[in-house]
Amino acid sequence: MSQQDDVRDVMLAAVPSLRAFAISLCGNVDRADDLVQETLLRAWANLSSFQPGTNMSAWLFTILRNLFRSEYRKRRHEVEDVDGSYADSLASLPDQNSRLELGEFRKALKLLPPDQRESLILVGASGFSYEEAAQICGCAVGTIKSRVNRARTRLAEILSIDGASDFGPDRETRAVVNLP
Amino acid sequence: MTKGGRLQPKTKTDVRGCKTNSVVKLGPDIKAKIGQQLRVMYSEVVDQGVPDRFVEMLKRLDDPTNRGSKK
Repeated sequence: MSQQDDVRDVMLAAVPSLRAFAISLCGNVDRADDLVQETLLRAWANLSSFQPGTNMSAWLFTILRNLFRSEYRKRRHEVEDVDGSYADSLASLPDQNSRLELGEFRKALKLLPPDQRESLILVGASGFSYEEAAQICGCAVGTIKSRVNRARTRLAEILSIDGASDFGPDRETRAVVNLP
Repeated sequence: MTKGGRLQPKTKTDVRGCKTNSVVKLGPDIKAKIGQQLRVMYSEVVDQGVPDRFVEMLKRLDDPTNRGSKK
């Protein structure tokens, strides 16, 4: 029982990040939450296949990704309605600039091929190593590295970043620019 | 361009400083900026914490009197 409690705690702790990943995959909060729920149920039912001592978070991400992939293939016609429900469901950002900037960034992210997008998010946002991301996506480490690099390059192109300053002012920039 | 998926050590640019190749080594500023945006986007969701439905669901799974699909 205590072992089950431990597992439950780890799963619970993974939920926020699983949701963020799921939303980035399907762009719809309700569907993402269903996906996370399904992931947890699957994981629970297949706990015996989890190897103790390995990264449970990566294991959960793997399950979620596989579920999404199989579901996505079935539902290819009803793709990502992102801008509406996703953006509206989120807490407001500190200022208008950041909000606009993030909106542009989200749109740009949507234009990436799914493989590149998920790799970039796993490494750049979820905090997984290249090795863990490769395990989650079932591919070679070099493949992840190349996808992440291509994703960054493409994003920079879409957002027309020739230098960081073109991305719009951030806190650091504002601090450096220093008003008179 | 070399084969094997390795990046060239330096960015290929023409005289105007424009990219001339699809494989471009991005500067640390741009990587940092993209990374920052990614994390802001991600943490907007993460900061919402765990919605009640998941707390309830996991609690039910753990309940020994639960007659659900637990194996």
